[in-house]
Amino acid sequence: MTTKPTSAKAVEFQIMWNRLIAVLEEQALTLVRTAFSTSVREAGDLSAGVFDREGRMVAQAVTGTPGHVNTMAAAVPHFINDIGPERIYPGDVYLTNDPWKGTGHLHDITVTTPVFVGETLIGFFASTAHVVDVGGRGYGPDAREIYEEGIRIPIMKWAERGELNGDLVNILRNNVRESDQVIGDIHGLAASNETGRRRLLDTLDEFKMTDLEELSEFIFDRTRTATMTALAAVDKGVYRNTMQVDGYNETLTLAVELTVTDDGMHADFTGTSPLSAFGINVPITYAQAYFTYGMLVALAPELPNNYASLFPFTVSAPPGVILNAQDPDPVSVRHVIGHFVTDLCLGAIAPALPAIVPAEGAGALWNFQASARSADPDVLLPPVELLMFNSGGTGARPTLDGLTATAFPSGVMTMSAEATEQIGPIIIWRKEIRENSGGAGEFRGGLGQIIEIGPTDGYLFEFSAMFDRVENPARGRAGGDDGAAGRVYLDDGSPFATKGKQTVPADRRVILELPGGGGFGNPTDRDPQAIANDTIQGYIT
Amino acid sequence: MGYRIGADVGGTFTDIVVEMPDGSFESTKVLTTHGRPEQGILDGIAAIADQLGIAMADVDQIIHGTTLATNALIERRGARTALVTTEGFRDVIETRTEGRFEQYDLNIVLPAPLVERKDRFVVSERINARGEVLVPFDEAAATRTIAALKEREYEAVAVGFLHSYRNADHERRFRDMLVATLPDIAVSISAEVSPQMREFERFNTVCANAYVQPLMASYLFRLQDELRRRGARCPLYLIHSGGGLVSVETAAAFPVRLVESGPAGGAIFAADLAARYGRKRVLSYDMGGTTAKIALIEDYTPQTAKTFEVARTTRFKKGSGMPISIPVIEMIEIGAGGGSIASVDTLGQIRIGPHSAGSEPGPAAYNRGGEAPTVTDANVQLGRLHPSTFGATDITLSPACAATAIRTHVGDHLGMDEQLAAVGIAEVVDENMTNAARVHAVENGKDLSGFAMIAFGGGAPLHATRLMDKLGLDELFVPPGAGVGSAIGFLRAPFAYEAVRSFYTRTDRFDYRAVNQVLAELTVEAESFVRLGTDADLVVERQVSMRYKGQGWEIPVRLDAGAFDEFAAENLAGVFTKAYEEFFGRAIDDLAIEAVSWSVRVASLQQRPTTLQMLAASNMVVGDGQRPMYDPVAGEVVDARVVERPTLQPGDAVNGPAIIVESQTTTVLGSHHVAVLQSDGTLLVTRGDTQ
Repeated sequence: MTTKPTSAKAVEFQIMWNRLIAVLEEQALTLVRTAFSTSVREAGDLSAGVFDREGRMVAQAVTGTPGHVNTMAAAVPHFINDIGPERIYPGDVYLTNDPWKGTGHLHDITVTTPVFVGETLIGFFASTAHVVDVGGRGYGPDAREIYEEGIRIPIMKWAERGELNGDLVNILRNNVRESDQVIGDIHGLAASNETGRRRLLDTLDEFKMTDLEELSEFIFDRTRTATMTALAAVDKGVYRNTMQVDGYNETLTLAVELTVTDDGMHADFTGTSPLSAFGINVPITYAQAYFTYGMLVALAPELPNNYASLFPFTVSAPPGVILNAQDPDPVSVRHVIGHFVTDLCLGAIAPALPAIVPAEGAGALWNFQASARSADPDVLLPPVELLMFNSGGTGARPTLDGLTATAFPSGVMTMSAEATEQIGPIIIWRKEIRENSGGAGEFRGGLGQIIEIGPTDGYLFEFSAMFDRVENPARGRAGGDDGAAGRVYLDDGSPFATKGKQTVPADRRVILELPGGGGFGNPTDRDPQAIANDTIQGYIT
Repeated sequence: MGYRIGADVGGTFTDIVVEMPDGSFESTKVLTTHGRPEQGILDGIAAIADQLGIAMADVDQIIHGTTLATNALIERRGARTALVTTEGFRDVIETRTEGRFEQYDLNIVLPAPLVERKDRFVVSERINARGEVLVPFDEAAATRTIAALKEREYEAVAVGFLHSYRNADHERRFRDMLVATLPDIAVSISAEVSPQMREFERFNTVCANAYVQPLMASYLFRLQDELRRRGARCPLYLIHSGGGLVSVETAAAFPVRLVESGPAGGAIFAADLAARYGRKRVLSYDMGGTTAKIALIEDYTPQTAKTFEVARTTRFKKGSGMPISIPVIEMIEIGAGGGSIASVDTLGQIRIGPHSAGSEPGPAAYNRGGEAPTVTDANVQLGRLHPSTFGATDITLSPACAATAIRTHVGDHLGMDEQLAAVGIAEVVDENMTNAARVHAVENGKDLSGFAMIAFGGGAPLHATRLMDKLGLDELFVPPGAGVGSAIGFLRAPFAYEAVRSFYTRTDRFDYRAVNQVLAELTVEAESFVRLGTDADLVVERQVSMRYKGQGWEIPVRLDAGAFDEFAAENLAGVFTKAYEEFFGRAIDDLAIEAVSWSVRVASLQQRPTTLQMLAASNMVVGDGQRPMYDPVAGEVVDARVVERPTLQPGDAVNGPAIIVESQTTTVLGSHHVAVLQSDGTLLVTRGDTQ
């Protein structure tokens, strides 16, 4: 045990720390319940945190997906800098969707609210959510520059001293589709910050405090000690890994060099393939989020996210590689490549943590994003937008099989087929485990799934493919076999491209075979009973 | 009027309560007999009937609630069950939500499906979201499936087809064919068990029903027969998770509705007390040995939900159990009980639970081999529990063992002595419960200010005044009989049944004829179940779940009586907008509003209990002595008066700091609390500074 002797004050600080997290959970919950964005309400694709007056994150709600882990944590100092400390007033609300100052693409809007005690600034609340639309081409990889991907809101005031910025609302309203829902979600973010602000002031009152300084020092101190203890489990040194993924139309290499020192871990992505011409590029802040997530989940799963737990994890990359997109590179679907950063970095430290790191998994989600349009140009039917989240198999663990059809590293959930069919002209004909898709091993990779979807009621689909691991399957570890690669094709067998906009004609079906996870350990070491069970259950045939 | 009996079979104890003709209660606790649970009930009833000189023939009614169905699901001790489902959807109950309920655990294990893949069969058929047939029901395939079911000797079959909540024809046809071939097999169809949209939840619910059905049916009929054999002439009724009574036949057909019936009794107990005291907004707080449960009660009615989760595997974490879509009294349950174990994590923070020392070996202070410090041990260390006044006669508390456990496993890690560590444990568990209550309120769109608290269960009165302070509540009620609250609650429950069905429509193209038909059918269904138990006058409550188009969460909207007409949509939109504002603070203009799910609850009309007059303090009680106790209000050890609750008379008042002891629990007052005994034996606690 590394903590210093402590006093009754420590108990009180612990209570307050728990209270802060509970307040943030409340905030996140309200956002989930009121959100219009599918990815927020079904997937918890949102974040909420409280920050000290310098913009250091003191606590964060534990939400569904790690994409915001430290992207949002890094955002608040940008707000302080761009607004200017002298222009921060009580009653203000700020926002941005700048991919490089926020969370990596225009669809995420971050709203920040300062907290004052009397006239003194003591900190900030910030929350981020993925909104339904930001204008431009719509959500997909096809833009060549960020200007095509939608409206960009620089860091600015949504409200000043309680007064809403009507001009900004008006501009937004005229630049996005489904503007009621988008504006509604921004109001929701601002309202949730406001709830947090009031709860924080009540809590400070209850504990007879006037600022966050002492408490945040306590939290950072405790967290720093625990983080460094956890990091000590990895021998100092340099670890390297490369991984191949499909990319937009040619295989990409992701490369990392991890340096572990006494002070932390640094990931350098030199050697990674160059930028794509399409919106699968990744701002480095997003790559950092998935790197940090991978290290924390392996080394210190019980640590809360705050400034001190994130601080030791740093990244770098030369300009021009796909994990370091620069303004104005297109970045709309940065998750397709970004999600692989976790497996890439876990693979690097696997030699140091052989009993912890799993085999590679399906990685990126297989989101099905479709626009349903009338199949007959002479028949007028209202357009319908559809979005489904689907997951392949995760990699086998050193002592356990991988998880079948389960998201990792993303934290999303799928939607009910019945609920999806209520929304629009879609029939999901099949959504079932894909047999024989898990990599063999002493522990088997998680299985993928097979999905058959078709338009109905006189519609056709235009869908934006963003599928990966079709050319490059998840690799096994420690002698385990690779998982099955994915496949995407029309019901007559003709293949679809794995990225970009394509059409499913009326009354036809697209078939998605999602990749399986890699196996762990030599297949000949597998427990015969586990093999027998796999056969009885039809996981292998 | 004769005697009424309530019997609550829990994991450790079976509680029997007898309501006497004058309205008073007698109770007994016997150990639950796990192999044959009816034995414990029968023995308990025989014992108390003997003691009170009651003949079974003089009993008017026996009301029973049990954790048997819940335990069968948790322990996976159900029937050999098959699931028959739509081709293409064999794995819905295995792939679940495709999410991980714990984001930071690489070794996460997801709950195994109730019915394994080898026991899941598919039939070619398909119905769309509007209830239209896309692929006709394949009778030949069904015949082949039935042959396979026969050959593999299943005891129970669950049938779940896509969109059957909208059109149950195919599920019924399969059931009819199955019963014609295999008349003895137990069949459950999802359109009858849980006709709600969302296939994972519905399929899982029908599987759970089928899985426990043979076990529950046999148990219930055995119990009924044995009661008759012993001379009972009265009917036996079951309490269900929604807090109403149903007949044995209904319970045997839909046993999944019995899950969580015990805690439902507790909420009814609290709701009844709320009505007696005219408190319209109440937080019910029940704390036992392993968990604490918190429910909201408004207008004397516990908050209900349409779906919940049982058998959570990991730290009571949302998503780690299996969803059951049936009407249920909504509560939040956390791993915070008297036996919950305290530990220190890598951050140097005190953590409580979810592991519990249970009753064996129990808290360290029981001196029965338990070495881990528990919440009970902290209460001993802090002087709240004491060997001389501890209720359980077979346990001699050891403060020394409690101190050692706390010091060794918590204090030494943090540089604290046992006293400060015990303060930490108590504060953390109280804070955990407080946060759970707050989050639960937010989830239901409620603000807790102005709520009163009702505390029961062996552990709650020890912590209730601290929770009351932390939540800013002004009143706390500690009723008598707190240790058998659920069983008393059973005797207060109405005959009630709630029928729920998903039917999707929008206010901008409102299909009022179809809605009228759905509501009419639901009313007939609910009423038919209630009429199996009572001829009393009935009340009908109707509800719809609604949301803005594009949202994923619905909020409940109460419907007025009467049928809809072509102008109803606008009115309904207005009611929704108001409800939404109440929930989230603001409404949104110009968006279409969707109605997803409709429900009708039919219940026997109950007389509201007479409102009790509040008694003010008329006599200050000094108590039977003093003892040092840590008082969180003062933040130090103070001399607390010790008062025997049975010696108190109505109007007697006790000023804090004080410890009010009785056989089933102990009520702790901080220095600014004052308790006044009411005419029915309830302690009403307020803060001195609010009077």
